Amino acid sequence: MKNVKYILLSFALVTIMAAGIGGCDSGSSIIQAQDRLRIATTTSLYDTGLWNALEDRFEQEQGIRLDILYAGTGIALEYGRRGDVDAVAVHAKATEEQFIAEGYGIERVPFAYNYFMIVGPESDPAGITGLSPEDAFKKLHDSQAAFISRGDASGTHTKEKAIWKSAGFDYDTVATSGSWYVEAGKGMGPTLQMAAEMEAYTLADVGTFLAYKAETGLVPVVDEGAILLNVYSIIVIDPVTVEGAKAEKAQLLVDFLVSDEIQEFIGDYGLADYGEPLFNPCAGNEPVS
Amino acid sequence: MNELWQGIIRALELLVRFDPEVMAITFRSLGISTSACIIATLVCLPLGSLIHFTGFKGKRLLVSIIQTFYSLPTVLVGLLVFIMFSRAGPLGELGLMFTPTLMVIGQALLVIPLMLGLIISALSSLDKTVADTAFSLGASRFQAGILALKEARYAVITSVIMGFGRAISEVGLAMMVGGNIRGFTRTLTTAISLETSKGDIELSLALGFILLIISLVINIALSRLQQVRTSAAH
Repeated sequence: MKNVKYILLSFALVTIMAAGIGGCDSGSSIIQAQDRLRIATTTSLYDTGLWNALEDRFEQEQGIRLDILYAGTGIALEYGRRGDVDAVAVHAKATEEQFIAEGYGIERVPFAYNYFMIVGPESDPAGITGLSPEDAFKKLHDSQAAFISRGDASGTHTKEKAIWKSAGFDYDTVATSGSWYVEAGKGMGPTLQMAAEMEAYTLADVGTFLAYKAETGLVPVVDEGAILLNVYSIIVIDPVTVEGAKAEKAQLLVDFLVSDEIQEFIGDYGLADYGEPLFNPCAGNEPVS
Repeated sequence: MNELWQGIIRALELLVRFDPEVMAITFRSLGISTSACIIATLVCLPLGSLIHFTGFKGKRLLVSIIQTFYSLPTVLVGLLVFIMFSRAGPLGELGLMFTPTLMVIGQALLVIPLMLGLIISALSSLDKTVADTAFSLGASRFQAGILALKEARYAVITSVIMGFGRAISEVGLAMMVGGNIRGFTRTLTTAISLETSKGDIELSLALGFILLIISLVINIALSRLQQVRTSAAH
C-alpha cells in the first residue's frame, strides 16, 4: 500500500516536470540557446511595452525567436561584452561610442528618440518650474529637495550625471551630500513609483513617464533644454571580438527596426493609450534637437 | 485591503479560465523547481548518508558549514552561476546563459546545502540501534544507509519538500541567470517582480496566490503521507 503511494507520488512529480518542460518551449531550445536571437534592452524601452509589441511582429516576420532581457544601459553593455547577448538597445551616446571603440560593437544605429524631463509632485515644493535643467538641478541641490536617482549606471543615470556636470557640480559630491539624494538602484518604472511614494523629483524619459503618469500622479516640471535629448540606438555585437555573437541574425533585427513600417509603428506607439506618441522615429540618423 | 480581494478574485479567474500565459508560467516554475529538486535529491541522499555513516575529523565543522549555507543568499548563488556560465566565463561555451536549464542548475546548487543538512539531521535523529542492528546482521554500509533512509523516510521527504519550497519561492537567482525572458525563462516569482514594477498589483497578487496554492497542495500531500504513517503505526 505504501509503495503504491510512493509510486503515485513519483509519477505525479515526473508528470509535473514533463508538463513544466513542455510549457517552457518546444524542442531542443530548452537545453541551449543556439537558435535564438538575444537582445538586452534598456528598462525605459521595456517598461513602456514597446519591445513586447515589436517582439511578436519580429518573430512572425522573420521566424526567429527573440529573447528580450531588460537591464539598464550599464549591465546591458556588460552582457554584450561577455557575449551573453547578440545586440543591445541602449541610450547613452558617449558610453556607446566607447563600447564601439573598444571593438565590442559594430555600429551604432539610432532608431528612436524622445526627451528626458525632470518630474515631480504637482505642488513643485522646490519651485523649479520653468528653469533650465541645469538651474533646476542647482536649485534642487541648494534646497535639498528630495531627489531620486536611478543610481544604476543606466542611460538615464548617465544623463543625470551629465546634467550635474553641466550645472557645475561634481557628481560624487552630490551623490553623497545628504539624505535628500536617494539612489534607487531600480528600473525607470519602479523609480517613478518610488518618487511618487516619497513626493520626490526624478529624471525620467518621457516614454516611461507617460506610461506611469496615471498611476504615479507625477507631473513634468522641467522639460526643455538641449541636454534633455534622449536617443535610443541599437548596436550589433561584433563577432570578431566577441566569439559566438550572432551578428547576421542581429542585423535582421536592425533592418527590421529601421524599416519604414516599423518606424511608423514606433512613431505611433502609445498614441492610443496616452494621447501622444512615446517616441519619435529617426530611421538610423542622429536626431538634432 | 480592497486590492487584496481583487488579487484573490483575479487569481481564481486566471486559474479557472486556464489563462495560457499564466498556465505556461506556472508550469515552467513547477518544471524548473521540480527538476532542480530531483537533481538535488539524487545528490543529497547518497552524500547525506555517506557523511552520516562516516566518522572523520572535522565532521561537526562540515555539518556547521552546511547549515550556514541554509541561508545562502539567492543573489549570491545567482552571481556565482552567472560568472561561471556567462559566455566569457569558464563554462560559457555550453551556451546555457539565460536558459531554463541554467535555472535548474542554479536552483539545485541553492537547494543542496539545505536538503543535505536536513537529511543528515533526519538520519541523526534515528535510533542508533537501527544501524547497529543492521551492521550486526551483516549489512554493508550501503545496505545500512538504505535501511536508515527508509526508516527516516518521512523526515527525508520533508527535507525534499523544504528544498522545493526554497527553489520555487526564490527570485534573485531566477532573475539573474534566467533573465525573466517572456515565454522562455519567466517564472512566477520573476513575473511578480516585473508586474509589480509595472504597477499591475492585482496581477502580481494573483500570481502570488497561485504560488501559495502550489505550496498548499504540496503540504496537504505531505501531511496525508504522514497520516498514513501514524495510522499504520497503530
